[in-house]
Amino acid sequence: MSEWLENHLPKVVLAPSFIAVLIFVYGFIGWTAWVSLTRSKLLPKYEIKGFIQYERLFDSPRWDTAINNLYIFGALFIVIAMVLGLLLAILLDQKIRVEGAIRTIYLYPMALSMIVTGTAWKWILNPGLGIESMVQGWGFTNFEFDWLVNPDYAIYTIVMAAIWQSSGFVMALFLAGLRSVDGEIIKAAQVDGIPTWRIYTAIIIPSMAPIFLSAFIVLAHLAIKSFDLVIALTGGGPGYATDLPATYMYAMAFSRGDIGQAASSAMIMMLVVFAIVVPYLYSELRAKND
Amino acid sequence: MTDLSMPQSQTEPRSQSAVGKVALRWLLYVLLGLFALYYLMPLFVMLTTSLKSLEEIRTGSLISLPREVSFDAWKTAWSGACTGIQCEGLRPYFWNSVLIAVPAVAISTLLGALNGYVVAHWRFKGANIIFSLMLFGCFIPFQVVLLPMARLLGMMGIAGTIPGLIFVHVIYGLGFTTLFFRNYYVTIPSELTKAARVDGAGFLRIFWSIFLPLSLPIIVVTVIWQFTQIWNDFLFGVSFSQAGTQPVTVALNNIVNSTTGVKEYNVDMAAAIIAGLPTLLVYVVAGKYFIRGLTAGSVKG
Repeated sequence: MSEWLENHLPKVVLAPSFIAVLIFVYGFIGWTAWVSLTRSKLLPKYEIKGFIQYERLFDSPRWDTAINNLYIFGALFIVIAMVLGLLLAILLDQKIRVEGAIRTIYLYPMALSMIVTGTAWKWILNPGLGIESMVQGWGFTNFEFDWLVNPDYAIYTIVMAAIWQSSGFVMALFLAGLRSVDGEIIKAAQVDGIPTWRIYTAIIIPSMAPIFLSAFIVLAHLAIKSFDLVIALTGGGPGYATDLPATYMYAMAFSRGDIGQAASSAMIMMLVVFAIVVPYLYSELRAKND
Repeated sequence: MTDLSMPQSQTEPRSQSAVGKVALRWLLYVLLGLFALYYLMPLFVMLTTSLKSLEEIRTGSLISLPREVSFDAWKTAWSGACTGIQCEGLRPYFWNSVLIAVPAVAISTLLGALNGYVVAHWRFKGANIIFSLMLFGCFIPFQVVLLPMARLLGMMGIAGTIPGLIFVHVIYGLGFTTLFFRNYYVTIPSELTKAARVDGAGFLRIFWSIFLPLSLPIIVVTVIWQFTQIWNDFLFGVSFSQAGTQPVTVALNNIVNSTTGVKEYNVDMAAAIIAGLPTLLVYVVAGKYFIRGLTAGSVKG
């Protein structure tokens, strides 16, 4: 008996976690997928009715807004955070004397909760008392900056806060990438008299392609899951002008009592995440096993 | 590794004057300084706003220093601000977050260490598939498990309780903690395990006497990662709590969006700083490990 236990102890130790993941990740995904095919409203029903929830979802103007917002937010957030992150990393890579301190400053927002970030930016962007009134106080009395409460522009305030929160992290990723480029090649290029900017564009940046991919995956993942920041900054408003899929799902699940819609929107979110992450993870795992 | 500026100063064409180089250097520092201001500005505004009176907030400028420093807003935020109908400040919710985070971090770290040890050094048939399945679990958007989890917690009788939230955080933290420890333990040579087995040491003995003493750095990374994740969590907190068991992030959001009475921006800012302080402190004290966790969590090493 004790010998059997000793031989199987590794499996016994791993089993509870594995079973938990099977049930609470894969089982629950299955449950949500199932319910997304039913007519569930306030309570889940288990009789499959086909894709009616998805039809309702794609007919819903609110979901339409959420998806459009995800495009706008995702594209701007990913591109700007990557450009800014790369720029900061290159600036910091020039033998800066106080590099450690500067890096700490650039990266600290990442330690904060999105709710804290949202609260801070909500105050800074407050039309009556924030930046708008500050600039007006400088004498520019016609200055207007009401994006936070303007349905056409509110989504851009979320982009601003998200970039503030995450760009330092992208910088850290890129900085690590810059430091891992083979120093010999760079020295050789310098000896040949190739200008610094050419060394960056022709040698260093192309060799960091995997880092770009990682940064993209992380940022895309963050964008799709964005929820807290929207809740804290705009609450999804004005109206539902800044809804994202995550806030749509939450509203359907917990305030509208429309479980079918909540489940189908969650499934769409998962499909989007998987479309991005699965090929990446697959190639990573394969590369490691080879 | 990239020694760009040093050798460059020797090899660059002579045409670029020394003055130009000094100017470029200055420009670099000015740029870096401006970006530092950009990142610090919100923290500065939060801090100064929290120390101002409401009167001064209405009449003064966003970035001006307080004329008169007052800690009243901090007192209110800690023990008097209203989250809906209750007006007890952030304090009870701050402790809720501590009560949730401490056990959830401890349990998920311990399980992650054991799992990582198994996956890295006791490979059996199917271990790779199990690890991959756990890894994919890290990336799901949690919206997809929200509904069934709410029902399950109800069935288990722990809906809206702190143990319920601990349970949820442990479950969905397992993937990452296992990954951290697995990636750390694969760097320990398997000869070590084999030699110990020849000497008669068993599974737990090897873990306890060989692996655990080597694990301090990865334990620090994992604890910091899990603590930051759980402390900053909002989605699970808002979905699976009820009045009285909410974590601090949910309470902060309720204070800020509370519609009763006058809008007290100074209290909002003090509350936001209080809610952010624990993770900020961890970051300042152990930033190196924090960054390592971030990059390990995103770039699978």
